[in-house]
Amino acid sequence: MSGVVIVDSGGANLTSVQTALRRLGVEAPVVQKPEAIANAGRVLLPGVGAAAPVMGRLRELGLVDLLRTLRKPLLGICVGMQVLFERSEEGDVEGLGLLPGTVKRLRGEPGIRIPHMGWNALHIEAPSALLAGMPEGSHAYFVHSYAASAASDCIASTRHGERFAAVVQRGHIAGAQFHPERSADTGARLLRNFLAWQPAWA
Amino acid sequence: MLTRRIVPCLDVRDGRVVKGVRFRDHVDMGDIVALARRYRQEGADELVFYDIGASPQGRSVDRDWIRRVAAVIDIPFCVAGGIRSVDDARAVLHAGADKVSINTPALERPELIGELADAFGIQCVVVGVDSLREQDGEWRVRSHTGDPDRMRAPGRRTFDWIQEAQERGAGEIVLNCMGSDGVRQGYDIEQLAAARAVLAVPLVASGGAGASAHFVAVFAEADVDAALAASVFHNGSIAIPALKRELQAAGVEVRL
Repeated sequence: MSGVVIVDSGGANLTSVQTALRRLGVEAPVVQKPEAIANAGRVLLPGVGAAAPVMGRLRELGLVDLLRTLRKPLLGICVGMQVLFERSEEGDVEGLGLLPGTVKRLRGEPGIRIPHMGWNALHIEAPSALLAGMPEGSHAYFVHSYAASAASDCIASTRHGERFAAVVQRGHIAGAQFHPERSADTGARLLRNFLAWQPAWA
Repeated sequence: MLTRRIVPCLDVRDGRVVKGVRFRDHVDMGDIVALARRYRQEGADELVFYDIGASPQGRSVDRDWIRRVAAVIDIPFCVAGGIRSVDDARAVLHAGADKVSINTPALERPELIGELADAFGIQCVVVGVDSLREQDGEWRVRSHTGDPDRMRAPGRRTFDWIQEAQERGAGEIVLNCMGSDGVRQGYDIEQLAAARAVLAVPLVASGGAGASAHFVAVFAEADVDAALAASVFHNGSIAIPALKRELQAAGVEVRL
């Protein structure tokens, strides 16, 4: 098994994710082919924009079933995390179904602007190796209008009006709603933790 | 709780950071990557790079420095200047920028806002607005502001335009109040508060920062999401760590 690969989900932040890993001393290729993912040690699934184009892209590349049955650490980022769930309200699209639940639009209200854009605090919900060195209240950079609820697989939550899942983990599947590649020391820490992560196999 | 953002703006011309007063008399402020790295270390929440030569000269923004910035910077950054099409924006985003900001090209062809939002999502799409109060008391927009000799007044009311921009898919509005820009007497609270009242998306204040108290005032009184400034950061008259401590002491939520 080789190292970490970045799935070419078609988003514009692939380069940012790649350079963030390079800053940690890790060269991660952006890949499209199922073989490249099958041969990788761990997999990053970035995504920006909306769930439907990301799922469309994964289907077009023939990666949906492979990702559904993957037996190695997987980290979804932003929309890449949202497609780990069963459904997204955004475009009413079916996700990978690796995590239970539906991604819903954040409710705007006076003083709560949508998109949720900027640095917000992480509240630790459950201990995890993925959150090592990230103390309660660490700030991370978010840009999104949809989110998963802070339900059973949520290991860190964030509040923007309502509380939502900022980091999720279930077995070898993980996701970050914020952008680790743009979250300074907090983001670098999450990526480093993911690179070292040895999830307990169910 | 979502923190308020402090955003240094780096005006770029010919690959260097420059700063002028009231859009004129540009002075060299240093190397792009060195300044970007310094602001990241000091705790800037985001950076905006504005290629001030790009739009007036009718050319697209040079991309080589975007890659160099993206390689070293781990906070979000936005690139403005000369982005006229989805292809222009794609090149900038793929070079590593997190957002694109459009100003003159959006005024010339408002459909561009929706095209960018459809292609990349609204979170990538910032609409920059240069606004000036006219003699009848109305705020109206200016275009081609990168070059004073080519600046134009298309006649659009600022508040009509920012609402249209939001409806078309702008994920954030940067309102540059030209009457206060470069003179360091404070942000235009009246105009920004009025803009805040008609927008649901994040609003970034621009133009007029001269002292820490101006930042406190614009967050407290105009309820903006971010405050942008250039020369006070470049010349060291305001240090970001001290500014953030002052904001926190004044009850403004910031990332320390």
